Amino acid sequence: MSGTGSVEEGAALVGIVLVSHSAAVARSVSELASAMVAGGPAALVAVAGGTPDGALGTSAELIVAAARSVDRGAGVALIADLGSSVLTVKSLLLDEELPPGSRLLDAPFLEGAVAAVVTASTGAPLDAVALAAGEAYAYRKV
Amino acid sequence: MRDAEFFGRWMAAVAVSVEREADRLTELDSPIGDADHGSNLLRGFLAVRAALDAGVPPSPGAVLQLAGRTLIGAVGGASGPLYGTLLRRTGKELGDAPEVSDDALRKALYAGVGAVAQLGGAAPGDKTMLDALVPGVAALSTSYRAAAEAALNGALATVPLQARKGRASYLGERSIGHQDPGATSAALLLGALADTADSADAAAPAEDGE
Repeated sequence: MSGTGSVEEGAALVGIVLVSHSAAVARSVSELASAMVAGGPAALVAVAGGTPDGALGTSAELIVAAARSVDRGAGVALIADLGSSVLTVKSLLLDEELPPGSRLLDAPFLEGAVAAVVTASTGAPLDAVALAAGEAYAYRKV
Repeated sequence: MRDAEFFGRWMAAVAVSVEREADRLTELDSPIGDADHGSNLLRGFLAVRAALDAGVPPSPGAVLQLAGRTLIGAVGGASGPLYGTLLRRTGKELGDAPEVSDDALRKALYAGVGAVAQLGGAAPGDKTMLDALVPGVAALSTSYRAAAEAALNGALATVPLQARKGRASYLGERSIGHQDPGATSAALLLGALADTADSADAAAPAEDGE
């Protein structure tokens, strides 16, 4: 194969982190997104939902742990749901506490997660994963 | 000049204020937010106090950076990254000098407030903590007490505003008529700074006083 978009055998995939105020939401969205990849996702997906004690909220500690767990050197795409999820990821990025190549995607949470997991599982680079997730905003329902 | 111990006392004073006002902050956050501002901020500043009890870092900048990091880790709501960014950026601006002048602190706080505005994408008038912080920091060139009063007035002036950021923005016009809890807690932060400066200056009269 000599296609410009081809993926090298064994190349690292972009990791995906889903950050929600709710552990249940993060887990469920991860399950749904993974189910959209035939044969299961090749890309690693981690969740950071709620606080460490199981309450609703955002945990910087869980986000950092999740990002490290899916980092294979090709970048980590983070998708966040609301207010403090977004702000906490942004502040961690500002302070360089996430793996190099980590990026907050500008994308809706569920639709963006599906697009990101599917795209990352094809071996696409972080830019393509970010683009695919962001395009979910353009999908009009009526 | 202000040393690390001064900054430690400032953070402890914020914890005391937040402890005293936690119920009121949550009450303000009930009609227009998710009713957790007081409890979230209290959890954050109690964690800051515990971190400083374990050992005050050697410089003012390091004290504020430790406090900011702790808030981002402990709060769980939007006030964590917002106040965490404010204190951490201010601390970074102060660098590692063992003592800083009031003028250096004023400039550093100005940078910290700018970082908050950038993080949240908000501006004064959006009914956020910036409505207290921006006038408060502007008044720092007069005195800490003037800054505290300007911040408090800024918080009171959020009542007629319509929220354009955060959870309250979903309420649209129904957010009008309520005082913003974030602006209220921001006024506590600058109030605690003024109290800490007053007690420090009372204990040690001005170096250049005659």
